[in-house]
Amino acid sequence: MKYLDEFNDPVLAKSLFDEIRRITTQKWSIMEVCGGQTHAIIRNGIDQLLPDDVELIHGPGCPVCVTPLGVIDKALDIASRPDVIFCSFGDMLRVPGSSRDLFIVKSDGGDVRVVYSPLDAVNLAEQNPDKQVVFFAIGFETTAPANAMAVHMAKERGLDNFSVLVSHVLVPPAIEAIVGSPDNRVDGFLAAGHVCSIMGTWQYGPLVEKYNVPIVVTGFEPLDVLEGIRRVVAQLENGEAQLDNAYARVVSDQGNVPAQKMVEEVFEVCDRNWRGIGQIGVSGWRLAPAYRSFDAEYRFDVVDLDAPESELCRAGEVLQGRIKPNECEAFGNECTPRTPLGATMVSSEGACAAYYQYRRLTGTPVGI
Amino acid sequence: MCLAVPGQIVDVRDERGIRMATIDFDGISKDICLAYLPDIEVGDYAIVHVGFAISKIDEASALETLQMFRDLGILEEELDVTGGVS
Ligand code: SF4
Repeated sequence: MKYLDEFNDPVLAKSLFDEIRRITTQKWSIMEVCGGQTHAIIRNGIDQLLPDDVELIHGPGCPVCVTPLGVIDKALDIASRPDVIFCSFGDMLRVPGSSRDLFIVKSDGGDVRVVYSPLDAVNLAEQNPDKQVVFFAIGFETTAPANAMAVHMAKERGLDNFSVLVSHVLVPPAIEAIVGSPDNRVDGFLAAGHVCSIMGTWQYGPLVEKYNVPIVVTGFEPLDVLEGIRRVVAQLENGEAQLDNAYARVVSDQGNVPAQKMVEEVFEVCDRNWRGIGQIGVSGWRLAPAYRSFDAEYRFDVVDLDAPESELCRAGEVLQGRIKPNECEAFGNECTPRTPLGATMVSSEGACAAYYQYRRLTGTPVGI
Repeated sequence: MCLAVPGQIVDVRDERGIRMATIDFDGISKDICLAYLPDIEVGDYAIVHVGFAISKIDEASALETLQMFRDLGILEEELDVTGGVS
C-alpha cells in the first residue's frame, strides 16, 4: 500500500482524497487518457487511496503503445538498410515488431540513433549528405509541431536525404471511439494536459455535449491528477457534464497557435490503425501532399507492409480499459519489460510497464 | 516521451532565421527551438517537449515540477542525457 507522505504536499493530498471520499455516493469510472498520468497514478498509488467507488481506467494515451505493429515493421525494414541512419526517440527501440526490435537491428550493425529532438535528425542529414536520414515521427498532438518543424526545415534547406516515417495519432477521436462504443463504461475523462497545451481545450467541447460526459483537462503531477479526479467526480455527483480546465497554469483555451499553424501546413488528417485497438476514423496525421516527398514509406517503398498482432497479448483490452494489466495471463510471466510481448510493457508510460514497475514489488496481489 | 519538462531560458539567438535558445533544466543545458513561443525572453520559464518550448509557465510552478522530476529520478531520462544507446 502506498502512503500519503509520498506526495510532495501530503496535507493537500489528504484534503483532496478526503473531499473525493466525502462527495462520492455511487460508483464512477474515470479514464485518464495520458500515459504520464497513468504513470503518476500507479506510482503514487492514487488508485488504491481513492474510495472503492471511484475506479480509474487507463486509456490509450501512450503513443509508443499504440503505434501499430505494421509501422514498427516498416521502421525495422528501413533501419536495416546499409545507406540509412535511422533516428528515433529512445523509447521506440525496444518496441517489438513481428520478429525483432530496433535494438536488435542496431546490434546487427544497423545505424540506429536515439535523438532528443527531431531537429537533431535534420542536422544529421545535413552532416551526412551521402546517407539517407530517416526520423521515426510518432506521437500525439504534443509532439507533432516538433516533427512538422523538422520536415519544414528540411524542405527549406533543400535536404533530399531526409525523410520521416509518420505515425501520428490524435486524442479526441480516440476518446470518441471509447465513449461512443456500445460497451463503454467510462463516466468521465481526464484529458491530457500537454496535448491541450498545443491544441487548446476547444476540441473537447463538442464531445462533452454529444456524449454528455465530463472532460477535465489535467496535468500529470500526482496532485494535478488528484485535482482532476476531484473535479470529474464533483460534476458526476451533481449530474453535470462540462469541459473544465484544471491545468490552466499551462493550458489556454486556444492552445499554441503558431504550433497549430505549422502542423496544419505540414500534416493532413487521416484514418489510423491503433495498435491493439484497430482502425479509428480521422484519428491521425500524415504528411500533406506538398510534403509527400519527405515520406519514408514512399521513399523506401514500404507502404503496404502489414503484420498481425501477437495472440497472447491483450494490450488492446488494456488500452481500452476493459482489463487491468495484471489480468493478462502473460503479465510478469512471458511478458516483462525485458521481454515485452506488447508495446504497453515497453514504454514507461505504458500501463503494463507501470504495473510491473510499481505493483509487482509492493506486495499488492497482481493476479498471477 | 510524452512528458514535457520546464526549464529557464538562458540565452536567445537566431540560427538561420529560426529563434533558438539555450535552456537550463536544473543544471542540464540544452539547445531548444523557440519558434512556437515567439514572445518568450531570457529569464522566463517554459515547458519544453522534444526540443521545443511549447508553453510559458511561471517560476514557482516550474521549480515545483522540476523538483518532482528530480524526486522521481527521471529528469535525465526525459532529457535523454543518460547516454543510452545513442
Ligand atoms: S502484460 Fe504484456 S502480453 Fe499482457 S497485455 Fe500487457 S503487454 Fe500484452
